[in-house]
Amino acid sequence: MDKMPKWADVVLIPLISLILAALLSALVILGIGEDPVAAVKLMVDGALGSTYGWGYTLYYATNFMFTGLAVAIAAHAGLFNIGGEGQAMLGGLGVALVCLLIPWPHWTLALVFAALGAGLFGAAWAAIPAYLQAKRGSHIVITTIMFNFIAAAVLNYVLVNLLRPEGSMDPATERFPEAVHLPSLHELLAPIGIEFSKSAPANVSLLVAVGACLFVWLLIWRTPLGYEIRSLGKSEPGARYAGISSVRTIMIAMLISGALAGMMAVNNVMGEAERLVLNATEGAGFIGIAVALMGRNHPFGVFLAAILFGFLYQGGAELALWTSIPRELIVVIQALVILFTGALDNMVRMPLERIFLAMRKGQN
Amino acid sequence: MDFLTIIQLLDSTVRLATPLLLACLAGLFSERAGIFDIGLEGKMLIAAFFSAAVAAVTGNVWLGLLAGIGSSLVLAALHGVASITFRGNQLISGVAINFLAAGMTVLIAQDWFQQGGRTPSLIGGGRFTPFDLPFAESLSGVPVLGPIYSELLSGHSILVYIAFLAVPATWWVLFRTRFGLRLRAVGENPAAVDTAGVSVVGLRYGAVLICGLLCGIAGAYLATALQAGFVKDMTAGRGFIALAALIFAKWRPWHAMGACLLFGLLQAIALRFQNIELGGITIPVQAMDALPYVLTVVILAGFVGKAIPPRAGGEPYVKER
Repeated sequence: MDKMPKWADVVLIPLISLILAALLSALVILGIGEDPVAAVKLMVDGALGSTYGWGYTLYYATNFMFTGLAVAIAAHAGLFNIGGEGQAMLGGLGVALVCLLIPWPHWTLALVFAALGAGLFGAAWAAIPAYLQAKRGSHIVITTIMFNFIAAAVLNYVLVNLLRPEGSMDPATERFPEAVHLPSLHELLAPIGIEFSKSAPANVSLLVAVGACLFVWLLIWRTPLGYEIRSLGKSEPGARYAGISSVRTIMIAMLISGALAGMMAVNNVMGEAERLVLNATEGAGFIGIAVALMGRNHPFGVFLAAILFGFLYQGGAELALWTSIPRELIVVIQALVILFTGALDNMVRMPLERIFLAMRKGQN
Repeated sequence: MDFLTIIQLLDSTVRLATPLLLACLAGLFSERAGIFDIGLEGKMLIAAFFSAAVAAVTGNVWLGLLAGIGSSLVLAALHGVASITFRGNQLISGVAINFLAAGMTVLIAQDWFQQGGRTPSLIGGGRFTPFDLPFAESLSGVPVLGPIYSELLSGHSILVYIAFLAVPATWWVLFRTRFGLRLRAVGENPAAVDTAGVSVVGLRYGAVLICGLLCGIAGAYLATALQAGFVKDMTAGRGFIALAALIFAKWRPWHAMGACLLFGLLQAIALRFQNIELGGITIPVQAMDALPYVLTVVILAGFVGKAIPPRAGGEPYVKER
């Protein structure tokens, strides 16, 4: 018998954790002498009060959907993929190569192949840690952390020594050709008569991200492979007894995870910057951890949590612009969300379970 | 490369290896007791900030050191509460602590000093000054051994000597005391320790707090000895290099010193030379940056001597099932 109804596990616990994180963040804002209520108002206005704000919120949310899904699918297989950052960096390299080396006639074709390139590079970067985990038992958390740093070094080398246009001091590639420009939400919505801000970076990759959420949902809950992944995550001996190959399942889950993280580059490299710069990922790989924890590893939860973090990111930028609160406030909120929904989960869960048990006893 | 360049290179190796060594020994205590700690980075960072901030305000570096250790202990206790008391995921707790430190240090620094997330530069008594070993001055004229003694071994801050003395101390505590035996046992088989009537929770909290203490010294060294003041994200991945060194050393104190000196040397080389010419092949500086991580992955892969972590590492201890 479950100690708690399912809705409490899915909705109540994340909600309480979120409230705890919000309360502590409010205390932090009070501590540095600002007004938390005014700060929240400013954040809501800045992130959701205009199509410009929404455009940024959705742009960030697109990044976080990809990285959140990447963490979530690995988590279903019982693996903690902390390497989303490195996989997304390499995904950026894949996008840049696809966009720069091949003269594309139209952005639709370029988008498909850029997504493939990004996924391929991201998956390749996840492949070695996955193989070492599956075959040699090397702890995937440590290897993926190491691979984040190696990715940064690789990207630095490639940008400085190989892809940098001649005469440029900036460690970045040249601009992608006009033909691979992805339509922004403004360009997509204008023909059907909806006004959307021209300068916001949200673009067609948002639809790709939503499609990825749907794909992951189908994969996890509607395919034999998804069943195998979940079985392995629940109990490795159980899965092995049922004839599921743990090596094969770990490899596939991590390759998909890496590919999803890599595909984030379609949004930030191809959709926004339209060239590959150093530190293009801006920590989005790590925010994926918070997003997946918050969304309880469910694609719909990841979707909602990604929008929440998109809001926090854009709101935080507005705060930094108009008040003396630095952008790092968002990093603190992110830390608190990870702490409460992840590490301190039992702190919220144990008392709740007791309450529900007592309520059930009262009914009988 | 002449003799003096080599001496200077090794001298900077010692300086750069010190924070790695302190953090590595910190992780050694924690992980030997079965608590994974990927929050070394965060604890060092917060200690770096508070040591620099208090040293800047009071002008006393020792008060700074205490404040740094205190702040690191607070985060260590948080890690303990999450992973020991509430049996949470130790890795996720570590990630949270890293972000908490990265955000809070800049937030508080901006609030206190309004200098864009840094502390004022430390001057005079706000910094650890070089500590000369006896006769360093008079022996410097002796050929070969003189420069080694006066340049390489002498003239570091007191924290450097503390860090290197912590190596035999750690070895002695872990392998020659009852506390050490129990601490190692709790990382391998906590149920056995529990059966013997020793508190698993108490031992693990002890280990986590020792880890906090050492990370605190490491952070204070960064901000008050290696550099003069705190800047945003100044640990720059050192906590993870220390973690790599810990695995490289297979969780043993003397080997940890070797690994940290090796990684310190790589940092020193990368700092001094940009690209290295070796028989016609140019080794880019990025390769030096990535080498510690690549070496660790190779060791983890078990192709060159397998690294086996403490058996109960990462698993919360549940008394009854």
